[in-house]
Amino acid sequence: MSRDAGRLSLILLFAPFALWIGLLIILPQIGIGYISLREKVGINEYEFGFKNYADFAQAAVYRNTLFRTAWISILVTMLALVLGFPISYYIAKIARERSRAALFLMCLIPLWVSDLVRAYGWIVLLRETGVVSTALVSMGVINEPIEMLYNDVTVIIGLVYTVILFMIVPLVSTMQGMDDSLLEAGFNLGGSRLTVFRRIVVPYAMPGIVAGCIIVFMITAGSYLTPVLLGGKNSSWFTEQIYNQFITRYNWEAGATFGVLLLLFTSLVVWLGLRLTGQSLATTVAKDT
Amino acid sequence: MNDLSCVGVTKKFGEFTAVRNVSLEVPPGSFFSILGPSGCGKTTLMRMIAGFETPSAGDIRIKGESVINLAPNKRNVKMVFQHLALFPMMNVGENIAYGLRCQGEQKSEIPEKVRKVLDRVGLPGVEDKRIEQLSGGQKQRIAIARCMVLQPDVLLLDEPLGALDLKLREHMKIELKQLQERFETTFLYITHDQSEALVMSDQVAVMNAGGFEQIGSPRALYDDPVSGFVAGFVGDANVLPGTIDEVRGGEARVILDGGGAVLARLADDSNTGDRVEIFVRPEALRIGGDNGSGSLSGKVDSLLFNGAASRILVRLDTGQLVEVADGDQASEVSAHDAVTVSWQPDRARVFVRRPGA
Ligand SMILES: Nc1ncnc2c1ncn2[C@@H]1O[C@H](COP(=O)(O)OP(=O)(O)OP(=O)(O)O)[C@@H](O)[C@H]1O
Ligand SMILES: [Mg+2]
Repeated sequence: MSRDAGRLSLILLFAPFALWIGLLIILPQIGIGYISLREKVGINEYEFGFKNYADFAQAAVYRNTLFRTAWISILVTMLALVLGFPISYYIAKIARERSRAALFLMCLIPLWVSDLVRAYGWIVLLRETGVVSTALVSMGVINEPIEMLYNDVTVIIGLVYTVILFMIVPLVSTMQGMDDSLLEAGFNLGGSRLTVFRRIVVPYAMPGIVAGCIIVFMITAGSYLTPVLLGGKNSSWFTEQIYNQFITRYNWEAGATFGVLLLLFTSLVVWLGLRLTGQSLATTVAKDT
Repeated sequence: MNDLSCVGVTKKFGEFTAVRNVSLEVPPGSFFSILGPSGCGKTTLMRMIAGFETPSAGDIRIKGESVINLAPNKRNVKMVFQHLALFPMMNVGENIAYGLRCQGEQKSEIPEKVRKVLDRVGLPGVEDKRIEQLSGGQKQRIAIARCMVLQPDVLLLDEPLGALDLKLREHMKIELKQLQERFETTFLYITHDQSEALVMSDQVAVMNAGGFEQIGSPRALYDDPVSGFVAGFVGDANVLPGTIDEVRGGEARVILDGGGAVLARLADDSNTGDRVEIFVRPEALRIGGDNGSGSLSGKVDSLLFNGAASRILVRLDTGQLVEVADGDQASEVSAHDAVTVSWQPDRARVFVRRPGA
């Protein structure tokens, strides 16, 4: 009786999660995968095959956009890690108990504002007639207004700003578990600051680093608004291609193919990243502490 | 030259003085303990020696050289932390090799040194184990090995047995003492457990509220405490509060607060009329007779059997409970018997009453 009850409660608890995953993630992906394998041979006439994928492989512009998206996403991930690590370290280990919560909330503020509003905020600041440019002209630093939008640097800054929180949260939560005496032991046994950082802090934070990097990379590669609004026509972001295929060209087959390819390619990059750094999900993210 | 000396070391946190004018000399190869109640500043003192805190005043010398301006990683004192602080992301071998690598040891010589030190702490062949696979006592020994492989001038131990259960603690006490003799290294050991300090140490400093009360051998502290605090903190003692009625020679006649007059040795400069406490060890108390102190009457409350550490609990007519040692269980008393207790006056000490007592 109690065993059946236990099983029933397990099913009830698990059901919402299973429904969510099943209906919102697995089913649509199967649908997308199915559509991507359809070849249009006439009006409302379809055949199954890999033609859509072959088309993609032949069109250098799409391929390059995918590579470029992945490459910039990796760069954004690295920057978010490099910038986020000291911030997280400060929040987790140096800040007083009381200011810690406040600092954490400050990192959350960007999330309070919608993606779209945030991107327009950047535009207000950075466009030719925007706040920064006007201010620089009136201070006499530059002679005429400059356009700071629509280039890669701006896109990268905007993306880092948007995603850095997702790096900071896992880093702070892993580093908070680190006992100060580990660092002191590191110094006491003769380690320099660099040694302690490299051999104690980083390995300890590794689960957070891996989790943060994966989250940030996936979010960046799949983001749409920030690169499109800040990068304009030259952004060449892969999600923009997907959007174009689905909405502008009404070519669902190509759009679905791109969607599947983005998923496969980013997963491949994550896998490669884990392999190259000698990490595995089991020993980092899923490690019980 | 002494391995470690502190001269007038003081540490203030804002207005609060955590360590007050502490001086100590630790001769080479000795086991020196600092014994004091929780919060008296023991850890603060040790952290200053290790370099994690800077003294507000005073000097710390290691092998005669002042280390005040030396960074923690440049001092040749190693520390076993209260919770050991073994590195969880490294295995045992890597934990021990960490310090060697920091010292720039030849890569080829490290495994041999690690193997040797593991042999010496009695855990050969555990290099590849993960830290969480070790038992409490094994972790303890690895933490010591990790320090000893660097051949420190002084090893600092901050209540390293605190986290262990009682049985293991008893065992590790003896083990630690043997390790210290085997390594012939100076140990500075912090504890709030007086039995640990008494069993292991060559010298013990008793610390109270930031300052040292007394430094001496365990026997000297036990037999000749200089203050009520030391007498009450080191070893077991029955404490009888009262007021001095008369001082004669080295002895004082004390009227106890609950009534009754007894004789005891005057141990500080208290005088007639002062409120004092008498400290008598359980083994100095006798059931029956009068050993010259004047006797106190009471009733046997209970018999506490514990082998050689057996006790008879007597409730005096004043209402106070006293412990009488009964190591050979020779007394033929049983619960509720009316008895008298007494002592030889020179085995009981009179100190001015401790603040708060
Ligand atoms: N960084 C600090 N800032 C302010 N006060 C401190 C600081 N470190 C310690 N103290 C205070 O100094 C006193 C002594 O602390 P310490 O840790 O040395 O005690 P302890 O003797 O080691 O006690 P325990 O046996 O409980 O470990 C305490 O009252 C503590 O509150
Ligand atoms: Mg302490």
